[in-house]
Amino acid sequence: MQTRSGAPESTSRQAPQRLAGGAGPSVPRPAIDAARAAEPVEQVTVKARAENLSFYYGTVQALKGLSIEMREKRVTALIGPSGCGKTTFLRCFNRMHDLTPGTRYEGRIMLYPDDFNLIAKGVDPIEVRMRIGMVFQKPNPFPKSIFENVAYGLRVRGLRSSARVEEEVEKALRRAAIWDEVKDRLDNSGLSLSGGQQQRLCIARALATNPEILLFDEPTSALDPIATARIEELIAELRDQVTVIIVTHNMQQAARVSDYTAFMYLGELIEFDNTSKLFTNPSKKATEDYITGRYG
Amino acid sequence: MQATTTAESISRIRSDVNRRKFLDQVFVMVGLLVMFAALLVLAILFIDLVQKGAPRLNLDFLTQFPSRKAERAGILSAWVGTSLIMLTTAVITMPIGVAAAIYLEEYAPKNWVTAIIEINVTNLAGVPSIIYGLLALGLFVYQFNLGQSILTAGLTLSLLILPIVIVATREALRAVPRPIREAAYALGATRWEVTAHHVLPYSMGGILTGMIIGLSRAIGETAPLITIGALSFIAFLPESPFKGEFPFLSIAWLKDAFTAMPIQMFNWVSRPDPKFQVNAAAAGAILLGMTLLMNGIAIWLRYRFRKRINW
Repeated sequence: MQTRSGAPESTSRQAPQRLAGGAGPSVPRPAIDAARAAEPVEQVTVKARAENLSFYYGTVQALKGLSIEMREKRVTALIGPSGCGKTTFLRCFNRMHDLTPGTRYEGRIMLYPDDFNLIAKGVDPIEVRMRIGMVFQKPNPFPKSIFENVAYGLRVRGLRSSARVEEEVEKALRRAAIWDEVKDRLDNSGLSLSGGQQQRLCIARALATNPEILLFDEPTSALDPIATARIEELIAELRDQVTVIIVTHNMQQAARVSDYTAFMYLGELIEFDNTSKLFTNPSKKATEDYITGRYG
Repeated sequence: MQATTTAESISRIRSDVNRRKFLDQVFVMVGLLVMFAALLVLAILFIDLVQKGAPRLNLDFLTQFPSRKAERAGILSAWVGTSLIMLTTAVITMPIGVAAAIYLEEYAPKNWVTAIIEINVTNLAGVPSIIYGLLALGLFVYQFNLGQSILTAGLTLSLLILPIVIVATREALRAVPRPIREAAYALGATRWEVTAHHVLPYSMGGILTGMIIGLSRAIGETAPLITIGALSFIAFLPESPFKGEFPFLSIAWLKDAFTAMPIQMFNWVSRPDPKFQVNAAAAGAILLGMTLLMNGIAIWLRYRFRKRINW
């Protein structure tokens, strides 16, 4: 087998050649991936399942009958060209579309273990958002202190004891790998941080409420490469704690951070597989064309 | 365009840039000229008022009641009346205007009823102030029997500036970026929590600015106050809002008759005795000063709030 150095950067371009040469998975962290690839799907708990999910902006259908499973404490990446509906799909999970009038869901998104259809008619989006957190494309800290940014979700949940709040804030900031950088200036504005720090603050804010699923919507698209690397490391660390769904337009990023990858095109799910399998041996022509850079 | 860099092409680029920069400079000159023309008019007006009113611009002028003798007449009842009316107007307008704006901007469904309300609110800002005076005369004075009081004046001026405050507040609310709202919603906040914890505090600078701009408009209004029956000669003060005994504050003054700065001015201007013109000029200078002060506060507030929050 050839060496894996430089694999992340070259994954997409070289994938077909490797495929032809019969090479194994070319994504990084081979040990983990090999282990996970070998793992039968049944042994992994399903955290959420979209069943024939369609979504409409007014009369425009943005998602066309998607069915997909999100596995618990795994990272699932959604990739695809601009406008393919990956962000639209992601935002179904915390009912963000409910803020826009004239939108409509069809089908089901089941949340397990409690068999809870989170897009059912009578379900309050606020209840859904209490369970599923989100990190946005651009860092969007509140113009409040660093501490208050992280504490806000706890306060909304009615946590009043300041000792408990302080404890949870510290825990969340540690989990988001930003504690050491901000512990001496928790009272400073969240906006005083750099872009990458702001994004990690937003991750801490989302983690503070212990979400069951954490949604990332292109979390590094506004960041420089070093800040991006730190966020990716962080997502890799979170994989054992929380179910992660991440939208990215960067295929190397999907290959680096995810266990599973879904390729979407024109509102449809084209292919869903182990990340290593999807990037080295895609079963659909469209997927191969996309990951080899023929379009998108 | 040539791909190769030659002395000729560089000089052509330079002359082109110079020509366009010259046009840029021309616009700067025109802009400055126009701006100074506007400022100059205001400055001349103010200086003129101060010069004409100079003999009366002293402390006595502020502490004396109006009198038939020009040199003994002061604006005590007028500035106290104006201050209390402004206070009343602010207290009434702030909650109603902000609540209306929040409803229209954050809560109202986007349908034709909302559209009609929005168009009407905007149009109300253009209704002549005397119409508000007539409305207030019929409604507050005769229908609700509030009398020709400070309360009636405050309510009337509130009606007048509500559209301004609502429009300004909506602008301020709209300036809060969508990602900030989404961040709060994503944490499970309700619409009210998003509004109360985030949108309102972040837009407070703009809301207060709109409020003060509205009040600066109200402070100079004469027509509606005359219509509801403001007196022009008052030799007593409204009951004091401060009391010696518990609860230390009183609202009895709301029912008192009043006069206001612009009415006092109007009264003096319409007198034949030229000495009263001096009084009118002095009162005008003070009124203009009050308006400029309020605008200054608006600018300061905006600066303070913006400094803390820059997206």
